[in-house]
Amino acid sequence: MNNILNEIGIENYIYLAVILFSIGVFGVLYRRNAIIVFMSIEIMLNAVNLLFVAFSTYHQDAEGQVFVFFSMAVAAAEVAVGLAILVSVFRNIGSIDIGKLKNLKG
Amino acid sequence: MDTLIAIAGLGIVVLLAEVINLRKFIVPITVAGLLAILAYSWNNFNGTESFYNNMIIVNKFSLAFSSLFIVLSIFLIAMGGDFYKEHPTKFSDYISIKLFMLSGAVAMVSFGNMAMFFLGIEVLSISLYILAGSDRLNVLSNESGMKYFLLGSFASGIILFGICLVYGATGYFDVPSIYGLSQGAGLPVWFPIGVTMIIIGMLFKIAAFPFHFWAPDVYEGAPSLVTATMSTLAKVVAVATLYKLASNLMVELDYKTQILIVVISILTMTVGNFMALKQHNVKRMLAFSGISHAGFMLMALLSIKTVAANLFYYTAAYALAGIAAFAVIIYVSRSGRDENISSFNGLGKKNPLMAAVLTASLLSMAGIPVFAGFFAKFMLFSQTIAAGYLVVVIFGVVNSIVSIGYYFKLILAMYTKEDNTTENNKVSLIYSIVAVLAIVLNIIIGVHPNLLTSLL
Repeated sequence: MNNILNEIGIENYIYLAVILFSIGVFGVLYRRNAIIVFMSIEIMLNAVNLLFVAFSTYHQDAEGQVFVFFSMAVAAAEVAVGLAILVSVFRNIGSIDIGKLKNLKG
Repeated sequence: MDTLIAIAGLGIVVLLAEVINLRKFIVPITVAGLLAILAYSWNNFNGTESFYNNMIIVNKFSLAFSSLFIVLSIFLIAMGGDFYKEHPTKFSDYISIKLFMLSGAVAMVSFGNMAMFFLGIEVLSISLYILAGSDRLNVLSNESGMKYFLLGSFASGIILFGICLVYGATGYFDVPSIYGLSQGAGLPVWFPIGVTMIIIGMLFKIAAFPFHFWAPDVYEGAPSLVTATMSTLAKVVAVATLYKLASNLMVELDYKTQILIVVISILTMTVGNFMALKQHNVKRMLAFSGISHAGFMLMALLSIKTVAANLFYYTAAYALAGIAAFAVIIYVSRSGRDENISSFNGLGKKNPLMAAVLTASLLSMAGIPVFAGFFAKFMLFSQTIAAGYLVVVIFGVVNSIVSIGYYFKLILAMYTKEDNTTENNKVSLIYSIVAVLAIVLNIIIGVHPNLLTSLL
């Protein structure tokens, strides 16, 4: 395991995680469909989880992998709440386009 | 540690009380329980202690802020009894979510490990997403919940990435170990990047410029009691956590960081105040006022080693004034009106007590003597001058003067404008009690500042 990490290099893991994270960020900023925005948030969190596991191997330390469980549990709870809010939005305005949520301004 | 467990346990007790048909007693049980927890945690405090391999570190800082959060929660939950009476079946859910939120808040100021910090901030945020969207038949509340959820989880992602990079650089989640390593040289470049990302995520949470744009929308759309929670409890929690993180992760503030804090602090104050000047909705106005107060609190980061007591005093003064102001706003909106400034016309004649409380709390936020807000600003300013940042203080003083402009708009509406509509909805007495208690506490700590500053 350690050899693979040495061959690939920790930097490449960081680059990969940063690319995935940026894809998530741009998804949140530019997509208007709420489901796709939720998926983008998941990509952001999972990019970090990937990096946690890579760092965990890099440091030969299990703590990083344990943290991933916490962050996965938290992400699941977060999306459950987000989907519940989305359902009530859909019932009220009949659309999941977050661009249509423009009642609050000033 | 026991504080955290007891609060979470109290939340479960509230859920159980619903099952065994004790709905009427939920609010008294919760308030009594929180008071007991408050007394217990002060009695059992003997110096700095750490629990579960440094997961939780209890010290004076965490104890003082936890007590402030518990006091604020008591006020908010006491108002909840009347506020949610139209939704009797969901009543216990609302109260227990508030208690779980409080446990997240306590975890956020007493963490000794990044895992605990992350779990605390998520427990707090997820509870707030639910509460912000809790009026589910109302489109505005839905929109508020959705916006808060999107921006909040976006910020959580950034914080998580920051934690990951700090872990990658140091190999620890344990905050004292990270602190020890960060003083030596030779950390990879990921470490400062990680710290910056955590700080940026926290700036999102306290709604500082340039990450403030979500706050007014969310505050306006959410139910009034939830807005009160967000603008007092959640803001104070986030500021305290930001302070704790910064004092543990940024050992020496280099010149660039100082400049950055100065700029963000000044811009946050100024943008918040000038946007507040043109608002007609009171909740929205107080949201911008909260943004400008976040700017004042950011000032504390400049003299980070010695400022804890003053920051605590400032947050307590701001939060108590906020609770009093929102109690009056909820009172007015419960009597069948909306939250525009015109709804407050003639309140000075119809209900002199509530008008006086609102006036006092706004004066405290503006920083007029006798009220705690003045001494809070005074101490923070003099500390910042002593640290050598005169320019921030000049902007702070100018902004305090500007802020009087919009606070007085509301005060003038109450006392000088006439109101011809007559509606006499009976409004529960609890709002008056909470408003008066909060403002009395505010004046007490204003007259005796060392009651609070000696705690830290």
